[in-house]
Amino acid sequence: MTASLLSLAIWLPIVGALLVLAIGSDKSPTPARALALVVALAGFLVTVPLYSGFDTATSAMQFVEHAPWIPSYNIAYHLGVDGISMLFILLNSFITLIVVIAGWKVIDKRVGQYMAAFLMMSGLMNGIFAAVDAMLFYVFFEASLIPMYLIIGVWGGPNRVYAAFKFFLYTLLGSLLMLIALLYLFLQAGGSFNILDWHALPLPLNAQILLFIGFLVAFAVKVPMWPVHTWLPDAHVEAPTGGSVVLASIMLKLGAYGFVRFSLPIAPDASHVLAPMMIALSLTAVVYIGFVALVQTDMKKLIAYSSISHMGFVTLGFFIFNQLGMEGALVQMISHGFVAGAMFLCVGVMYDRVHSRQIADYGGVVNTMPKFAAFFVFFAMANAGLPATSGFVGEFMVILGAVKFNFWTGFAAALTLILGAAYTLWMVKRVVFGAIGNDKVAKLTDLSGREFIFLAAMALCVLGMGLYPFPFTDVMHKSVDHLLRQVATGKL
Amino acid sequence: MNFVMPDFFPAAAEIFLLGMACVILLIDLVVGDSKRWLIAMLTQVTLVGCAAITVYTADGQVVLTFNNMFVDDLLADFLKLLVYVSVAVTLIYSRGYLVARALDKAEFYLLALFATLGMMVMISAAHFVTIYLGLELMSLSLYAMVALDRDSARATEAAMKYFVLGAMASGFLLYGMSMLYGATGTLEIGGVAQAIYNGVANEKVLVFGLVFIVSGLAFKLGLVPFHMWIPDVYQGAPTAVTLFIGSAPKLAAFAMTMRLLVYGMFEVAEQWQLMLMVMAVLSMALGNLAAIAQSNLKRMLAYSTISHMGYMLLGLISGVASGDKHFALNAYSAAMYYTVAYVMMSLGTFGTILLLSRAGFEAEHLDDFKGLNQRSPWFAAIMGILMFSMAGVPFFIGFFAKFSVLLAVVDTQNYWLAVTAVFFALIGAYYYLRVVKLMYFDAPTDTAPIKASLDMRLMLSANGLAVALLGIFPQTVMGLCSFALLRSL
Repeated sequence: MTASLLSLAIWLPIVGALLVLAIGSDKSPTPARALALVVALAGFLVTVPLYSGFDTATSAMQFVEHAPWIPSYNIAYHLGVDGISMLFILLNSFITLIVVIAGWKVIDKRVGQYMAAFLMMSGLMNGIFAAVDAMLFYVFFEASLIPMYLIIGVWGGPNRVYAAFKFFLYTLLGSLLMLIALLYLFLQAGGSFNILDWHALPLPLNAQILLFIGFLVAFAVKVPMWPVHTWLPDAHVEAPTGGSVVLASIMLKLGAYGFVRFSLPIAPDASHVLAPMMIALSLTAVVYIGFVALVQTDMKKLIAYSSISHMGFVTLGFFIFNQLGMEGALVQMISHGFVAGAMFLCVGVMYDRVHSRQIADYGGVVNTMPKFAAFFVFFAMANAGLPATSGFVGEFMVILGAVKFNFWTGFAAALTLILGAAYTLWMVKRVVFGAIGNDKVAKLTDLSGREFIFLAAMALCVLGMGLYPFPFTDVMHKSVDHLLRQVATGKL
Repeated sequence: MNFVMPDFFPAAAEIFLLGMACVILLIDLVVGDSKRWLIAMLTQVTLVGCAAITVYTADGQVVLTFNNMFVDDLLADFLKLLVYVSVAVTLIYSRGYLVARALDKAEFYLLALFATLGMMVMISAAHFVTIYLGLELMSLSLYAMVALDRDSARATEAAMKYFVLGAMASGFLLYGMSMLYGATGTLEIGGVAQAIYNGVANEKVLVFGLVFIVSGLAFKLGLVPFHMWIPDVYQGAPTAVTLFIGSAPKLAAFAMTMRLLVYGMFEVAEQWQLMLMVMAVLSMALGNLAAIAQSNLKRMLAYSTISHMGYMLLGLISGVASGDKHFALNAYSAAMYYTVAYVMMSLGTFGTILLLSRAGFEAEHLDDFKGLNQRSPWFAAIMGILMFSMAGVPFFIGFFAKFSVLLAVVDTQNYWLAVTAVFFALIGAYYYLRVVKLMYFDAPTDTAPIKASLDMRLMLSANGLAVALLGIFPQTVMGLCSFALLRSL
């Protein structure tokens, strides 16, 4: 049973999605919803043993599955997880469950297709994190664009077509260049697509730099790093709530994960050579995008910019090459998955009632929605990096690591504590506090039971991770150690 | 002079098809209009019979017959089988469309059979004259098919253009062949290869002839700058005929290219490789860019064909540079795989246009696909699969087609060519995505229910699912392509 856990995590949601499609009808959407919930729950449950059965004493791949897939090109159906990737599979399956609950009532047109798209995406993204074969990684990576494209385009806002195209084409550009890098590595490695083989493959510096750039284009777009971030605010604003949540919680992590899985271990020397550039780009994202977030009038756009800024922290953590920075970055990725997801859910809750995302259309929400306001303020605090929330742990670790690396880098990174607090809390102040802004706010009703459940679940995760991050850092410890040693040793 | 009876066995399928075509011609004299289905049925039976004979006669050996003019090898058998399938699918898709337009005449089926015969001869050609014979048989049938709708000015114009340009291309090809004959003293493809290998061929005449051969091939494949006929013919011809032209003949053209360039002129590969590379880049560029500007789906797909043939060439031009014979095979099988994948996607796409067309209405404008997801989620999904596959997104067959040709290019260390190819693939993705956008994001303007016969629905569903399933399990077709080539070189 344990031997095929990863396959189950991938294919159970996908097969479930097909079933949901088959029974979905617009006249009676309830069966499709119920089935989607069952599938999402089952999909989450099969990933739990990944954590409970995980051996924290090794950095090797675990739960490995291996079967030939395309022998003509020596491509294998090769799955496995280490301490870095395992947590993301859990996070992904958990978020999918939340998204299904969040979309339960809100989506009333083409329900079956909506639920199926999310389930399918969940399976595909689990595939990305579990793939040990580079082509398998690539096909999952690119295929996951399709459901997201449809989610933004079908259930999105008024400018959805533009956003959907921008999202798809931007990401495709990056991944196509990566494809060439993968093909090059395949030939260099004497006909192997096994990522672990590539980690050990000696490469001259100039080849490493070209490869690094090939990967950088793909992953920088996905993270997104400044200056290729412009698709994200559009995609976030136009996507339905569920789409924004998955985009922020999981999809952005794919790029960062790519750095850890490909760029750093395959091109370690190039990583060192180009680290100053990467750090500069990351700090630009942290500081400059932080300022950009400050002036947003649209709540979703504000959170989108805040995401870019937080992801800048992640890439910063990777390229300062110490244990604190690397682990902090990974913790930050997971924490951001919870916090940004929860923030988008909160905006979704308000949007469903008022049908506006403009900050100016709100004011004094706490008077009519006290329970909601409590959650919203809590998540905003986490977004700003308040101690005892998960947002603090990652940021603090990265800043410590950055100071160890270079004082001024740490100093610039620490600016986010001020900026993040400024834009988040200022938004909260304008939306939640003060006198009741207008009639619409006066008529608001507080959280329904369903909304309470998904917000409470997210809040528990944020709080739990903030108070006791050990279970998260414990599993990644060995793998991070191994990775850092690979990067430090180099290939020259 | 004594006459030796040739071995007819390797050509049994061709002979059977010719015989059946004559029988159908006679039967058509006696059956009335009400029994027209009988003709369609017999045509399908003929194709099944051909397939059975081809499978039965396939022994994996390279057999030459008719004084070395005709070759039967695994490559030929494999491609012929694909041609039968492709023609059979075409005929299933076309029937409803033809009936609705009173074009459901025996001529259509007979011309299709003769065109098929022409393709089979092309595929099995081992001699310049055989190639020419097959090519003309196919082309003349196709010209007539385009003009089948006599009252349509657009179709007549398209047929005229097709005929004039096609005749010119044939002229180029013939002229090139005559030059090669002058240079090598033989018309047999194997003999030409031998003569070039031995160094007895006059280099200048040889390259001069090669230029004309390549031009002629480029005409038939529809490569820039010899692509002009494609958009007009695709748009002007009745959709059923466009479907026919856009599918099986690509396989035959691929075979012809293989026979002439790879089998005949492998030794001067550096020469034709360069010419093809220029045309590949131009085709990918022009095809993908011009397709964006189209509002007519058939015309858009015409430009998309041009770009796809450009990608296919990437495989053909990568076969030799590495000098490794084993790898050369891999590159050619990548090109072959690309062709097969393209034919499959092309069948499905035009099939969907036929599905949405009805009496007095051609669903050939992009806007006719608006809101298809609300009208028929199933066929919208099928068309979606086809579009994503054409754009080269996994898990569909189109991705692995692009993957294999790109790998061949990267292996020749021609990185800039690979980057160019993916760059234009990105541009191409835009217009395929636009079709998906129309189907999924927009509200329908045309709410007429989709009427189609059961066999068409089933076939189209199978077609779409095959594109998806062969993308999830690509090994089968990939393996067959390289096996067929391995046993035929």
